[in-house]
Amino acid sequence: MGTGVVDGILTGGVYALMAAGLTLIFGVMEVISLAQGIFVILGAYLSYSLETHFGIDLFVGLLITIPALFIIGVGVEWAFLRRLKSQERIAMSILTTYAVFIIIEGILNVVYGTNYFQLHAWYATRSVHLLGMYLPYIYLFGFLLAVGLLGIMFGILYRTRFGASVRAAMQDRTAASLVGVDVRRVATITFGLGTATTAAGGMIYGATNSFDANSAEDLISRLLVIIVLGGLGSIGGALAAGVFMLVVEDVIAVVWSPDWSTVMFFIILVVVLSFRPMGLFGRQAARAQ
Amino acid sequence: MSDLLVVDGLEKSFGGLQALSGCSLTLEEGSIGGLIGPNGSGKTTLFNIVTGYVRSDAGAVSFKGRPLVGGKPDQVFALGIGRTFQLTRIFARLTVLENMLVATQRREGWLRSMVRGSESTVEHERAMDLLAFVGLARLWDSSAGTLSYGQRKLLELAYVLIAEPSVILLDEPAGGINPTLIDEIRSRIVELNRQGTTFLIVEHNMEFVMGLCDKVTVMDMGCAIVSGPPDQVRADPRVLDAYLGSVEEASDDAGE
Amino acid sequence: MSPAASPAAKADPTAPLGAVQSRAVRRAGVGAWGAILLVIALVPVFADNPTITSIGVFTLIFMACASAWNGFSGYSGYISLGNGVFYGTGAYVLTYTAIRLNMSGGWSMFALVPLAGLGAAVVAIPFGFVALRVRRHTFVVITIAIFFVFQLLAFNLGFTGGSSGLTPPTPNWVGATFNNPFYYVAFGVLIFSILLFWGVRRSRFGLHLLAIRDDEDRARGLGVKVLRVKMTGFVLAAFVTGMGGAIFAFFVGQIFPQFAYDPVFDVTVALMTFFGGIGTISGPLLGALILEPIEQYLTIQYSIGSVYLIIYGVLFLLVLMFMPRGIVPSVGDWVRSLRARKWRQGDGGAVPVVVTPPAPENVPVGARGPE
Repeated sequence: MGTGVVDGILTGGVYALMAAGLTLIFGVMEVISLAQGIFVILGAYLSYSLETHFGIDLFVGLLITIPALFIIGVGVEWAFLRRLKSQERIAMSILTTYAVFIIIEGILNVVYGTNYFQLHAWYATRSVHLLGMYLPYIYLFGFLLAVGLLGIMFGILYRTRFGASVRAAMQDRTAASLVGVDVRRVATITFGLGTATTAAGGMIYGATNSFDANSAEDLISRLLVIIVLGGLGSIGGALAAGVFMLVVEDVIAVVWSPDWSTVMFFIILVVVLSFRPMGLFGRQAARAQ
Repeated sequence: MSDLLVVDGLEKSFGGLQALSGCSLTLEEGSIGGLIGPNGSGKTTLFNIVTGYVRSDAGAVSFKGRPLVGGKPDQVFALGIGRTFQLTRIFARLTVLENMLVATQRREGWLRSMVRGSESTVEHERAMDLLAFVGLARLWDSSAGTLSYGQRKLLELAYVLIAEPSVILLDEPAGGINPTLIDEIRSRIVELNRQGTTFLIVEHNMEFVMGLCDKVTVMDMGCAIVSGPPDQVRADPRVLDAYLGSVEEASDDAGE
Repeated sequence: MSPAASPAAKADPTAPLGAVQSRAVRRAGVGAWGAILLVIALVPVFADNPTITSIGVFTLIFMACASAWNGFSGYSGYISLGNGVFYGTGAYVLTYTAIRLNMSGGWSMFALVPLAGLGAAVVAIPFGFVALRVRRHTFVVITIAIFFVFQLLAFNLGFTGGSSGLTPPTPNWVGATFNNPFYYVAFGVLIFSILLFWGVRRSRFGLHLLAIRDDEDRARGLGVKVLRVKMTGFVLAAFVTGMGGAIFAFFVGQIFPQFAYDPVFDVTVALMTFFGGIGTISGPLLGALILEPIEQYLTIQYSIGSVYLIIYGVLFLLVLMFMPRGIVPSVGDWVRSLRARKWRQGDGGAVPVVVTPPAPENVPVGARGPE
């Protein structure tokens, strides 16, 4: 069970990174980007191609895939999300990003076929003996990567001017634009950043699971659960919820059964929301609007 | 005239901010009361507590002699206390008439409401009468979202009226609208008051308040500092102090 | 929604053009739908290719489910992406009951359809109780989460047959007209759905739902029993959707967890409604009527595959980009602007006082009946 907890923490960190990206997007744009799920898989496939065709190591490949996904994210925002009017914004953003989701899924199916893939590297299959447990290297490296990237994200948010604009826009878009924040540009870049986190997440996911384009569905539902549990818009919440959920899932898989662990994932959300409708760290909803 | 609404020693803080500290006021039945004070003095918080949107930390409110304890907004509304908002709240995608019908109180089970139509002839007529009273009758079928700001204020007043409240709390009824419309609103208030409705009006427009209200209460920093007829209040130095800072500072201010 | 004879509108020449116009448009709408439904009812009589009636069955089911989706989510503004829960539950209730009661695949199977609807409605109660007390953004996600709970339960619980699914009794009729009974039962459910949600729209309950959409707190403050109203709407949508799922199960002859609880269904009913016009009666019907045959056609031509996904996604995106309000409101706007232009060109007649197109965020979506 101890392994379960540690594994959960390590993988939770990666999920937390991707969830943080997603909740950041929501906080700034009030958009729920379902496409995040397929971007993760896209990141995984890109890492795969870089590795098999060019022999580039997975972690090194991130230097390419992270900017690539950033650009893709910016592109999607610019092309599609910009035009969303404020009415029915939530629903429209969900439907739009879902459309992007299935288009990319279709393209990936065509390009890569429907077989399961997995990323390979020396550290993907070996474990280190630490603290009396066997911990896969990839989990450790992935966790460190997630922590590192999250550190960069926090650094940007809290130490740069741009980050201040982002935080301002999250609080109040109108007020932010009144003091000179270019809210549209902030939104676009934030979407790009949020998407870029999937490159890292995708690489780790691809190295630890066999995947195909279909895996995106399961992924996005988990990410959604995590960000809602943590409180929409709360990055700290996403982190806490991400680690928490993965720990719970891994522990239940060990203690009870793997089938039920996934169900519990969703049931926990339902239970928590029954008592705390705004999520663990969400801002108190002023109205149920 | 008995006291319709009595507020006694209300306290309310939001985190570190003390919005109300020992606020008391009385509103006599059949009168038009005014509530003025600089921004942040607690006027809207007072309204929110009386109408059930916010819980007070301490103090009491009584209505018609009976304590008003922890009621929810709909219960307060059903008791006969109506309220309008600073930023008008209407149902933008419904028609003007439909807005009226939402506020129509009907004593019926929820199953009945599913089956029955949205209005009876009596209700329809009453709604149209009230719309005519505020001058919006010919827009009955327009989407409420197309109304101008002033028209929305009138609509809000009308649909609050449909429940026949004994007292209406108006939050800045004259804010942001042109003088002609202000006069219309004023004359409506006078007419309704003549028919027996009590009013408590929060306003920044001094001319409006002083010319209309029987008694004016001035709030500052969360409590009522002066209360009395308009002329008396206008001349009270404490009021000037509250709005303009100390009298010395005010005279330093060139051009005031 | 307006009373039969309103002296205000008729006698007053300065009444907004909208008032008189919408009654005429509404009657035209009802007439048009009457004609369309008549044609639909007669299709099996004239169609000799069972593919047509097969597409028809799915189209009718989706028309009913889309109008149910709109009946709750469109009117209340609470966008649900979990109505698949009801569809799947309806499918399983019908199938499981039929198996347990050892039913043969006769016409009596159709008696289980309302039962399945009831099963779905019962499920909606706890579902709604949990989900309807949160903010709208959260509501969407919680409906997705609960949907996956159900799908996973269907995979894992024993009596649902797990991943092998369940098989309802085979219908005991065959031949070229095999589809027809399904077609007419689905048609019946559709008519029921239309009448139900049209009735809702005209009732006080419907008014409350719409008020909740615009300003829930203000509605609550005025005495609207918000939770009760939302729950009722949710349960009604569940009932109809459950019946749709039941017909689907019997028609298709085999249900698996991932197809009964199909996430694509969730998005499809929403898309159809948005396409046609959310909040209107005609919108979801039109949306399903156009989109479902297209989807069926694509599935038949390309089978479930990557190309199909890409085409569908692109189509989806184009609709969202260029017709965000849906067909019905867009057409309504276009007609209104034509009338305004005619008046400006001096056609005389009633003086329209307010004919400016409403500001984007004040769109009177679904103002009156089948407009």
